[in-house]
Amino acid sequence: MASILSVRDLRKSYSEHEVVSGVSLVVERGQCFGLLGPNGAGKTTTLRLCLGLTEPDAGSIELAGEPVPARAREARIRVGVVPQMDNLDPDFTASENLLVYGRYFGLKEADIRARIPQLLEFAELTGRGESRIQTLSGGMKRRLTLARSLINDPDIIFMDEPTTGLDPQARHLIWERLKRLLAQGKTILLTTHFMDEAERLCHRLAIMDRGRIIAEGSPRELIEQHIEPEVVEVYGEGVAEWGVHAARDSASRVEQSGETVFCYATDARPVLARLETERGLRYLHRPANLEDVFMKLTGRELRD
Amino acid sequence: MISLRFIPVWRRNFLVWRKLAVPSLLGNLADPMIYMLGLGYGLGDMLPEVGGVHYVAFLAAGTVCASTMNSATFEAMYSAFSRMHMQKTWEAIMTAPLDLEDVVLAELVWAASKSFLAGLAILLVIWFLGLSESWLSLWVLGVIPLIGLCFAALALIMTALAPSYDFFMYYFTLAVTPMTMLCGVFFPTDRLPQAFQTVAGVLPLSHATQLVRPLLLGALPESIALHLAVLAAYAACGAGVAFVLLRRRLSS
Repeated sequence: MASILSVRDLRKSYSEHEVVSGVSLVVERGQCFGLLGPNGAGKTTTLRLCLGLTEPDAGSIELAGEPVPARAREARIRVGVVPQMDNLDPDFTASENLLVYGRYFGLKEADIRARIPQLLEFAELTGRGESRIQTLSGGMKRRLTLARSLINDPDIIFMDEPTTGLDPQARHLIWERLKRLLAQGKTILLTTHFMDEAERLCHRLAIMDRGRIIAEGSPRELIEQHIEPEVVEVYGEGVAEWGVHAARDSASRVEQSGETVFCYATDARPVLARLETERGLRYLHRPANLEDVFMKLTGRELRD
Repeated sequence: MISLRFIPVWRRNFLVWRKLAVPSLLGNLADPMIYMLGLGYGLGDMLPEVGGVHYVAFLAAGTVCASTMNSATFEAMYSAFSRMHMQKTWEAIMTAPLDLEDVVLAELVWAASKSFLAGLAILLVIWFLGLSESWLSLWVLGVIPLIGLCFAALALIMTALAPSYDFFMYYFTLAVTPMTMLCGVFFPTDRLPQAFQTVAGVLPLSHATQLVRPLLLGALPESIALHLAVLAAYAACGAGVAFVLLRRRLSS
């Protein structure tokens, strides 16, 4: 049994609105699987369904060898969860948070206490065990939440936007820790809308939009399959005018977003040649990345 | 299904309470005590006997019941709402291998535990002042947790329905305060017009005072089974309704 989570034809509606419309996915053991999508795509609902926190309308889920939701509680014994919003206990210290959470798993008091120093060290919180939650920074709280999710030594960790709201230093530290967990053989299922995060961490990605998975593959595969390899971003005075005429003749696909024109091409040389003569325009020539795929598949309009 | 899995959640609440015990005890104890002694002796000395005893001895039973009710109600509304809605403590608990059943049971038992402390404190004062000298009054220790469970369950229904803390004012103004007046806390129910007496007869607090007052005054209550059954029924039905409402609220 190589897969730790398998989901088939999952559906969930709230009143009239279908939030998850036929999602199927398989997460292999030891993999980092990323669910990408704009706000409201159904990522969080999919995670909640997989954990048995919400009842699906249709579809089947198997998590850690247990059918969900029928035996979700048993499945969660093998699972760690990092929620989107920190829900640490504000009345407790860092250590107490870990202790109290370990008890929920029915772990022995002595075993939990023995594990706490390692977990604090993993979270770079050594020496902060007796600190109250209110005195910790946002990054520290996130790391403590990550440590808390490891209290039961889980096989798979669910993370809902693990680095949203963190500064770059704090994000890099979280990434480094997640890589360490993967190296230990843990499986990670995460949602994110940071493309660099997905590209860096995930072996496999599924892009979700409007309750469906619209593309799936490794970051590299997704880029190769869905987008031209080269991109020229053009900005400056009169770029809109330039985008309508010159760009369309020289690039295979052109997109405009606000004050920027994106020219996609297999070979960008004709676009660059056209730009040579444009004094007022600035540009950036770069390889295509996951964000380009994401924007192409989910569109550039704002989602709330 | 009822399981002992609720115990770690109860212990979590206990650990929080232990950190804040002093102000919590003060609020639980001092307030009802001041009312009981102030009204009991101050007002009581101007009154003839009430229900065949000095007013403070009459009021003692009412204070035990009202104090237990208030403590359970506060805990299962304001504190449970904080844990459920503001701090998302329930959410954290339910991503561990615990279910809503376990959380609800923990909240009910915890609120009953706290209200036991509130009732017990009044009882100790009553014994200390010699307001009750019967061994029968020890049975009150068994009745208090049931009163606590009953009012915790009813309050948890409000928690399930509440959009915000302000909502709880309705329950206090429309249910708790009228109940305190109608159900034999401050004066005997038979002083009320018949219609009010009928209403009081179905309210849980009446059944609480009708059990506790005779026990404190050294007599066996009449229709013990009925009173216990009514309190237990309110507790069970309240818990059931609260559970269904909470499941609906939390799964959307």
